[in-house]
Amino acid sequence: MFIDLRNVSYTYNLNMPFETEVLKSINLSINEGEFIGIIGHTGCGKTTLLQLLNGLLEPTNGKILIDGIDIHKDKNKLREVRKNIGLSFQYPENQLFEETIFKEIAFGPKNMGIKGDSLIDNVKKAMKMVDLDYSIYKERSPFNLSGGEMRRVAIASILAIDPEVIILDEPTASLDPQTRNRILRLIKDIFKRYSKTIVLVSHNMEVIAELAQRIIVMDKGRIVLDNSPKNIFRNNVTSLEQIGLAIPQITSMMHKLRKMGKPIKPDVLTLEEAKNEILKIVKKK
Amino acid sequence: MIRFINVTHAYHNEREESTISLSDINININTGDFIAVIGANGSGKSTFARHMNGLLLPSKGNVIVDGNNTNDSDKLWEIRKKVGMVFQNPDNQLVATTIEDDIAFGMENIGIEESEMKKRVEWALNLVGMHDLRNKEPHLLSGGQKQKVVIAGALAMHTSYLVLDEPTSMLDPKGRKEILETIKKLNREEHITIIYITHFMSEAAEFDKIIVLDNGKIALTGAPKSVFLHYDKLKELNLELPQITMLAKLLNDNGLDISPNILNEKEMIEELCSLI
Repeated sequence: MFIDLRNVSYTYNLNMPFETEVLKSINLSINEGEFIGIIGHTGCGKTTLLQLLNGLLEPTNGKILIDGIDIHKDKNKLREVRKNIGLSFQYPENQLFEETIFKEIAFGPKNMGIKGDSLIDNVKKAMKMVDLDYSIYKERSPFNLSGGEMRRVAIASILAIDPEVIILDEPTASLDPQTRNRILRLIKDIFKRYSKTIVLVSHNMEVIAELAQRIIVMDKGRIVLDNSPKNIFRNNVTSLEQIGLAIPQITSMMHKLRKMGKPIKPDVLTLEEAKNEILKIVKKK
Repeated sequence: MIRFINVTHAYHNEREESTISLSDINININTGDFIAVIGANGSGKSTFARHMNGLLLPSKGNVIVDGNNTNDSDKLWEIRKKVGMVFQNPDNQLVATTIEDDIAFGMENIGIEESEMKKRVEWALNLVGMHDLRNKEPHLLSGGQKQKVVIAGALAMHTSYLVLDEPTSMLDPKGRKEILETIKKLNREEHITIIYITHFMSEAAEFDKIIVLDNGKIALTGAPKSVFLHYDKLKELNLELPQITMLAKLLNDNGLDISPNILNEKEMIEELCSLI
């Protein structure tokens, strides 16, 4: 599935006294199998962009093409888009409502007309993807779960419609470190094993640096940078700070050592890379 | 001082089953303390915080705030004036249409006279560094700025304790930095006691003391430098080390002569400079 946003703008309260343009001529192509991280300060238009991507909102100007077809010109395409692009909002556990975890996860595929054994298969597969044991969890209430389990149920209910593209808005907010790491491992796994396209929005630069292959930086309704994590975090320290963002803590420290004349690579992003780089330099000495 | 004496708290669900979320907690929080509280999801952090101003009452035991017991309903207003609370989502705590009205909201409720109110709004706005933005509408502020207005509202009540429950979990990096700087200043300059719940280990590293909760009990307490030496224990409790500390530990494990409990970039650079 190939997503192509052409000159897309979005204005809330159009023709009203409080009209605000939150997205300004966005041009963005998302290829099949990409892992994209979106970063930007609060209020930069990220959430609106996500809602446009899965057809929840219609652009004020411009076009959204999916596999070359304008989704707002063709009602059938729009339905297909909603089925193939799964969107998990912030704090998705707030949207849980069913009596059992099975019913919760089955809700989406059931609405799409999936029944019987295929419905059970869909639910089983989705639960497996988020590491929830089907026989243990299926009859339990989604409300008597830990924060991390609830989050996984909520993500599974998106996966159950078997979308080709998965959009996750801050999937690890308010989770403790190990639970966060577990969710991140699951996302990595879903990306690799089930070859999905993933769009991840987060304020956590360390998370983005570790997972994404390509980063989109937004500011005031525009895309200001679009590049690989290594390039983004190597060259744009000041401009990222100016727009309320940061570079990963480790990257920042390594930059400072480099400025002091230490022979360090300029694009260290993760803990593992930093460790290896420092050990390599110590050995040479 | 806030004293927890044998505090147990049990939640009851509709089937009358109870879950213990705090279990026989004993701790003193001293005036002027700058404390971070960490723990896994469901370890009892928020329940712990909500006992400090009587939003929740102990099932057993007592919480004493400057000599007043939260179990004594006559003292509850006094206690709530002293202990301000800041939650995750500032949008749930902002109520008025202007920043000044928002800060004055609590004072209006307790009938403080107008001239005094104006003075305090002014003072609180300055403390959180929002004086220049005072005429903006609250909904046009960034997340960090909104949280600062919530904090100013608590300050205007002349609160001596500020309890913040994951105040930065919805904020971008700049907003997080602003909040940490603000509460540091409030502690250092105004001697306001800070109790700060967080899932970010790098934030916890910046406090004087850390309380680690596990299953409703205090599992560890101490200065960050000593708490973050307990790598295995923290891992067992679903926590981890701050990234910089983790790097120091990994390097130390690999035979480098570096302290395993480095807490921040500055310390790390100092130690590495003599090695590489």
